[in-house]
Amino acid sequence: MNAQVILGQLLVGLINGSFYAMMSLGLAIVFGLLGIANIAQGAFYMMGAFFSWMLLRWLGAGYFPALILVPLIVGAIGMVIERLLLRRIYRLDHMYGLLLTFGILTFIQGLFVWLFATAGRPYPVPAELRGGFDLGFMFMPTYRAWVVAASLTFCLATWLVIEKTPLGRTLRAATENPSLTRAFGVNVPALMTFGFGVGVALAGAAGLLAAPIYSVSPLMGGDLVIVVFAVVVIGGMGSILGSIVTSLTLGVLEGLARVVYPQGANMVIFVIMIAVLLVRPAGLFGRQP
Amino acid sequence: MAEPAVLQIDGLHGFYGESHVLHGLSLEVSPGEVVAIIGRNGAGKTTTMRAIMGLLERRTGSIKVKGQETIAALPETIARLGVGFVPEERGIYASLDVTENLLLPPKLGEGGTSLDELYRLFPNLRERRRSQGTRLSGGEQQMLAIARVLRTGADLFLLDEPTEGLAPVIVEQICTVIEGMKNKGLTVVLVEQNFHVASQLADRHYVMEHGRIVDVIARGELDAKLDRVKSLLGI
Repeated sequence: MNAQVILGQLLVGLINGSFYAMMSLGLAIVFGLLGIANIAQGAFYMMGAFFSWMLLRWLGAGYFPALILVPLIVGAIGMVIERLLLRRIYRLDHMYGLLLTFGILTFIQGLFVWLFATAGRPYPVPAELRGGFDLGFMFMPTYRAWVVAASLTFCLATWLVIEKTPLGRTLRAATENPSLTRAFGVNVPALMTFGFGVGVALAGAAGLLAAPIYSVSPLMGGDLVIVVFAVVVIGGMGSILGSIVTSLTLGVLEGLARVVYPQGANMVIFVIMIAVLLVRPAGLFGRQP
Repeated sequence: MAEPAVLQIDGLHGFYGESHVLHGLSLEVSPGEVVAIIGRNGAGKTTTMRAIMGLLERRTGSIKVKGQETIAALPETIARLGVGFVPEERGIYASLDVTENLLLPPKLGEGGTSLDELYRLFPNLRERRRSQGTRLSGGEQQMLAIARVLRTGADLFLLDEPTEGLAPVIVEQICTVIEGMKNKGLTVVLVEQNFHVASQLADRHYVMEHGRIVDVIARGELDAKLDRVKSLLGI
């Protein structure tokens, strides 16, 4: 087998793994703090890509301004949705959160299909990140390397904030014991709104990173979120670094499967999920019950 | 009483779901007082603490903290009036280390004990400051739970069973800490099963039974009423 092909698929796998990492990190924060399995994460990813396209097309704001603006816009929309809709169902079973966010996903996707139709729209690779470099054993497109580096930076920055800052300390406490944390004078409801904003902003940022690689289309998030849910189930909800590592590993495994057995590549993550559920139901890094 | 009450509860009813736990409870705590709520298991002592803190699902009646009505207030609002809460289960966070547990509660007022000072008071906590909070022994966790609210500058403290399940030498240490709080002029409401501890610390005792206050005993009356207290507590 051709080493170039393998390395090429490994790179694709690493890039997909980077998107999984940002998406699943956002899901883990939201699930921990709000107890909601946010299927709508896919819609926020799609909106991230679409807002990047709109910023460029309608306002002439390029990729790098979008890198700041898109997470802020997507996060703000998320916070409005949390206040108006999610807030009402915290007392109910997790299943209601899943159903509600599935409804939100369907609604937002439908809205974008109605406004923009389903055809993909191209988003150019920014001039600064075009071209590539020769690694000796393979050609590395600059933008692809950038995606891996940027998403790892987003994930590690999020991890640092959660593990090493007073804000993160409060977030961890509110995740573990919300009512006691409130009894210390912490405004936990506001923190939940903020946490949801951060969780979906990560999806929005992933959407921007993805825009130049995949075309921008209303349905781009729906399929991705299913795979990301499987990744989260495999990794477990326990550890942030664990979910990053799981995401990258699974991305790479999926890439390898595409070389070895292309027909089964889309299935491999789900097969692993079933195996993990049988052996360690709480996931590889989750706290075992 | 000349001084306005720090805590004034009138006709408090409290509910857990369908079950009615507090039945028109009233009590009053003056500034600088240490007040113990005593009574048998299931009398509603912990429920009273949770009701004051706003953590009970449903409550009616009146709870005034420093003159402010809090019966409909959220827990975070009540805490910000300067209330420090040490729950019965201690509430040490497993996802935070000892220092983080100490630094978690936001400042509520002036005059809290600084982190350095707390570490002087509780040398065990300093030694284990990088340990995960829940890896500490029961006594250390209780120290941590108390130290945590001393930092905030709160001046009304709700201590729910601070000596429960601890070795006598640790119980003594905790009594010393509470004495220290009293000497600083802080107000303490103490739920205590250990009558020996309660009688040593409290200025007044509210005796609870079936969700009501059935007797109030001042420190001086304790000897005279000892038999009645013992029968009420079942000891």
